[in-house]
Amino acid sequence: MPTSLNLSGFFTKKPRLFEVERASLEAITAARGIASRVVALCIGSCDTRQLGMYGVDEIITVSHPLLDAYSSQAVAEALAQYLQTHDANAVFFGATAQGKELAPRVAVLLEAAYLPDCVSISLEGNRIEAIRPLYAGKIRATVTPMTARVVVSLRPNMFTARMADAATEPAVTSFTPQLDEQHRKVVVTSIQRNEGKLDVLEADIVVSGGRGMKGPEHFALIEELASVLGGAVGASRAVVDAGWRPHSEQVGQTGKTVSPNLYLACGISGAVQHLAGMSSSKVIAAINKDKDAPIFKVADYGIVGDVFDVIPKLIEQIKLLKQRMA
Amino acid sequence: MNILVCISYVPDTAAKISTTPDGTALQMQGVKFILNPYDEFAIEEALLQREKHGGRVVVLTVGDSAATEILRTALAMGADAAAHVPATSLDSYGVAVQIADYARAMSADLVLLGRQSIDHDSFQMASTVSALLGMPSISVVSKLDIEGNRVYAERDIEGGKEILNAELPIVISVQKGINNPRYPKLPDIMKAKSKPIETVQPRMVDPRSEILRYDVPQQQRANKILGDSDADIAEFVRLLHEEAKVI
Ligand SMILES: Cc1cc2nc3c(=O)[nH]c(=O)nc-3n(C[C@H](O)[C@H](O)[C@H](O)COP(=O)(O)OP(=O)(O)OC[C@H]3O[C@@H](n4cnc5c(N)ncnc54)[C@H](O)[C@@H]3O)c2cc1C
Ligand SMILES: Nc1ncnc2c1ncn2[C@@H]1O[C@H](COP(=O)(O)O)[C@@H](O)[C@H]1O
Repeated sequence: MPTSLNLSGFFTKKPRLFEVERASLEAITAARGIASRVVALCIGSCDTRQLGMYGVDEIITVSHPLLDAYSSQAVAEALAQYLQTHDANAVFFGATAQGKELAPRVAVLLEAAYLPDCVSISLEGNRIEAIRPLYAGKIRATVTPMTARVVVSLRPNMFTARMADAATEPAVTSFTPQLDEQHRKVVVTSIQRNEGKLDVLEADIVVSGGRGMKGPEHFALIEELASVLGGAVGASRAVVDAGWRPHSEQVGQTGKTVSPNLYLACGISGAVQHLAGMSSSKVIAAINKDKDAPIFKVADYGIVGDVFDVIPKLIEQIKLLKQRMA
Repeated sequence: MNILVCISYVPDTAAKISTTPDGTALQMQGVKFILNPYDEFAIEEALLQREKHGGRVVVLTVGDSAATEILRTALAMGADAAAHVPATSLDSYGVAVQIADYARAMSADLVLLGRQSIDHDSFQMASTVSALLGMPSISVVSKLDIEGNRVYAERDIEGGKEILNAELPIVISVQKGINNPRYPKLPDIMKAKSKPIETVQPRMVDPRSEILRYDVPQQQRANKILGDSDADIAEFVRLLHEEAKVI
């Protein structure tokens, strides 16, 4: 059984410091499923109790003055230095924007295979096998490392973060890497948050609108529907290119890849490039007036109807449901 | 400034791709290949930086001989030179080794890539190449400014934007929106046809990962499609709440 080592990348994630980001908790859960021992590597300090609830056996806090401002190069170097002197067969990252930069760097420094953006992992004998989507999700490949060690990144929201049956009391050890200015030629000087707006990448529910919404003014309907559901607003490329919505909302091959619990597509035809960004959503629902729209082929639930007629009624029904539940 | 742009030759996004019956290979007959859409932004960015700072733009692709087609596109857009590494069986790490070797040999100050290649969507090339070169990198950049040796960049992250400072030499992967790629003009397309393309023999390295098999995802979707009556809308809400348990 490989010893598994897990990176909890909560650095710079949110002002809510000390909280481990969800992608890392998902990675911890996934690692626990196949590993004999799970170690969490944190930059700076972290919530020991929370990691214990997720069954982490040991926590390594990595600190150095040069890690105070986030630099992918410095963080990767620091992690690799720890890993070079400690045996761990597999290293997991959440495939977040930062994870996707760090993981391949750490892999090169460890001369290890890198398996990117995996949606499932298993242990076959002593080897990890992972499944990853290729060609915009049209094909799945089962991949395996040819090196003794492996670095894996896991697509967010594909693994459910689950607490361990019994909480552990992980030992905390600190590690100080050898870093100098050479290791941080790139530094994040600031982060601008999209204030008050939930990002499609972080939301459990995404409500997207397409050209069927007819004009930017009608996105108020999409916003209201998203708001009663507690979700984020997404968009097809057609409406982003038309200037109705910002690029940060675009879902699809040239936009963001999301996998929320519920993806609700309104007035979106379901072009293959759009599907590329949302086909791994847990549940897909769609409203479209064309019963032959391709989006219905990938949908769990659908309504064939006019968005202007259906969405207001839907909002009312959901409000009623929320009242009943409250 | 010495600028290297790495471009890849990928199946058209709308292409139908299937596997052989035993799942050990992909069936690509009849599939149209194109210049990776993100790499157009990388080429354009290189040309814009050259306009500002002077220098030379070299485009590089690792792939089979048909891939030289996209090198001609880049030459027609305005690249100064093109290089082709003929290799088809390398894994991503192997491709990164070829790119890093070439960047080192030409003493590249700036290596530009697309944010992702739409075949394997692995988002790793910029980080892997830069780690091999011992250089810094920034991925998925939507704004880039270079002043002397200083690099200023912006990139999207979950829920916001990161502002970064760095210095040359650097590896950068770019995102849609960073610029508007130019269309090559017909005379330039004609001229590009006769420009030389340098062939660089690949350095063979052991692969680090292996694809065991391919399959076509068979996600079982409930596929309950209703009408638009009030009763149907109520049922839709009930299904999402009680059956799917997502609202
Ligand atoms: C290289 C490349 C990359 C691309 N990347 C992306 C990407 O990242 N994301 C993306 O989304 N697209 C992408 N596209 C574009 C994609 O091919 C489609 O053009 C786009 O997704 C269509 O957007 P749409 O569904 O909003 O519009 P349409 O295809 O025009 O669909 C509108 C839908 O609305 C329905 N409709 C109309 N009126 C109503 C009404 N009143 N009520 C209910 N339904 C109604 C229609 O039946 C139709 O199905 C890409 C294309 C290329 C070539
Ligand atoms: N075979 C290749 N030859 C040259 N450049 C490549 C190749 N594959 C990928 N790239 C570059 O790396 C970027 C990111 O690809 P990837 O990390 O594979 O998703 C692409 O946009 C290209 O700029």
